[in-house]
Amino acid sequence: MAINTDKNVYTVVFAALMVVVVGSVLAFLASALSERIKENERFEKQQNILYAMGVNENEDKGNVNFIPTDRVEDEFSKYITEQLVISGDQITNDDEAYLIDLKKQLALAKNGETPKLPLFIGEKEAKKYYIIPMYGKGLWDAIWGFIALDDQLVVQGVYFDHKGETPGLGANIKQRYFMDDFTGESILDGTRYAGIAVAKGNNDPVNKIKDDNEVDALAGATITGNGVSAMIRESVNLYKNYLETIRAK
Amino acid sequence: MALLTKKDANLILDPLADNNPITIQVLGICSALAITAELKASVVMALSVIFVLGLGNVVISLIRNIIPSKIRIIVQLIVVATLVIIVDQVLKAFAYELSKTLAVFVGLIITNCIIMGRFEAFALGNGPWRSFLDGIGNALGYGVILIIVGFFRELLGSGTLFGIPVLGNPIEKTGLYSTGYENNGFMIIPPAALIVVGIIIWVQRSRNRALIEEN
Repeated sequence: MAINTDKNVYTVVFAALMVVVVGSVLAFLASALSERIKENERFEKQQNILYAMGVNENEDKGNVNFIPTDRVEDEFSKYITEQLVISGDQITNDDEAYLIDLKKQLALAKNGETPKLPLFIGEKEAKKYYIIPMYGKGLWDAIWGFIALDDQLVVQGVYFDHKGETPGLGANIKQRYFMDDFTGESILDGTRYAGIAVAKGNNDPVNKIKDDNEVDALAGATITGNGVSAMIRESVNLYKNYLETIRAK
Repeated sequence: MALLTKKDANLILDPLADNNPITIQVLGICSALAITAELKASVVMALSVIFVLGLGNVVISLIRNIIPSKIRIIVQLIVVATLVIIVDQVLKAFAYELSKTLAVFVGLIITNCIIMGRFEAFALGNGPWRSFLDGIGNALGYGVILIIVGFFRELLGSGTLFGIPVLGNPIEKTGLYSTGYENNGFMIIPPAALIVVGIIIWVQRSRNRALIEEN
């Protein structure tokens, strides 16, 4: 090679060129794929919301099975009867409430502004489900999910997901054996919005006791578990005013 | 193997045993400890690294003569990060479910020292075909250890393999559990991986004493 790769000029030019080349490749890829990716993310949200209210293809035991993506849009409009946006005392209907970025809204709430909080009302076999989105912190990164309540604020189903919890440990919050435990627990402790704690010393591995506001923790995932507890407690408290009106009905 | 000369074949075979990246070169230990609590994660990580290391080695090898030596580490990082992002984006668009399984591994792959280690030690000084073989070989050697560790940690820690119970039900006390056997919760946490890797190193060096360094 005739080029002297040790020269400063060469180094700078190479670095600049590399940035341009890599940047344009990635930018091109991102814009070419963004539509498909957005569509996938939309389907995923619909699947998650439906999953929490028990509209899924789960078998008796085993893995999480969502409604397949080719049917999810139809099922979503069939089962989700109302999508509300709660902003302070104002409650409005919005068919695209499920696309609201909860992370941004929670940041607004932290700054003392009024957030726009989405809530979904589903109906299955003449029973109403109130589905609250949640967002919080795990050990490494964000965790989020949905919790479906009935009109007595008893949990009918949950869905959790995470961005980067440790595989085999914290990542197991999205396994059925963990999520199924929440069903039947109440988020109320008397009249207090206690949420549901992921408790280490619960001594109730199959979660027979349904009135203790606790589920059994995952071994080796204490911080992720604490994150889940905090996320549920904070989310239900954000929706407290609205949930009170459901309970009063 | 007609396709490979003996020297080329050794590029693949050596890292599987006597020049294993984890047990001999001590590269890629961090991810070997972090994600081997279950077998499935080990397999996914092994496949991802095979892909990234094979391709990354080829790319680095192709541009090895024009990389300015002063910023070569940065260039290597950018190559591996770009590759991983491209894979991630394409999967997100066309295989969304798979991409979600892999999402947690993306960060672990970019920072995996085995990848930088092979770029630096091999691809910078060898042609694309040999670099490719070296990448595949080292990733396989890495993957083998990951799978062995994952196998023992999941079996002894959770009593399952690939998530399927193989020792009975620990709560209802069926199968092996009826004899009083318990899962070892210690196997689930990362220090247990260090112990398993240590045992592998011990077994390997006592079988092949030439591997023992002299002090």
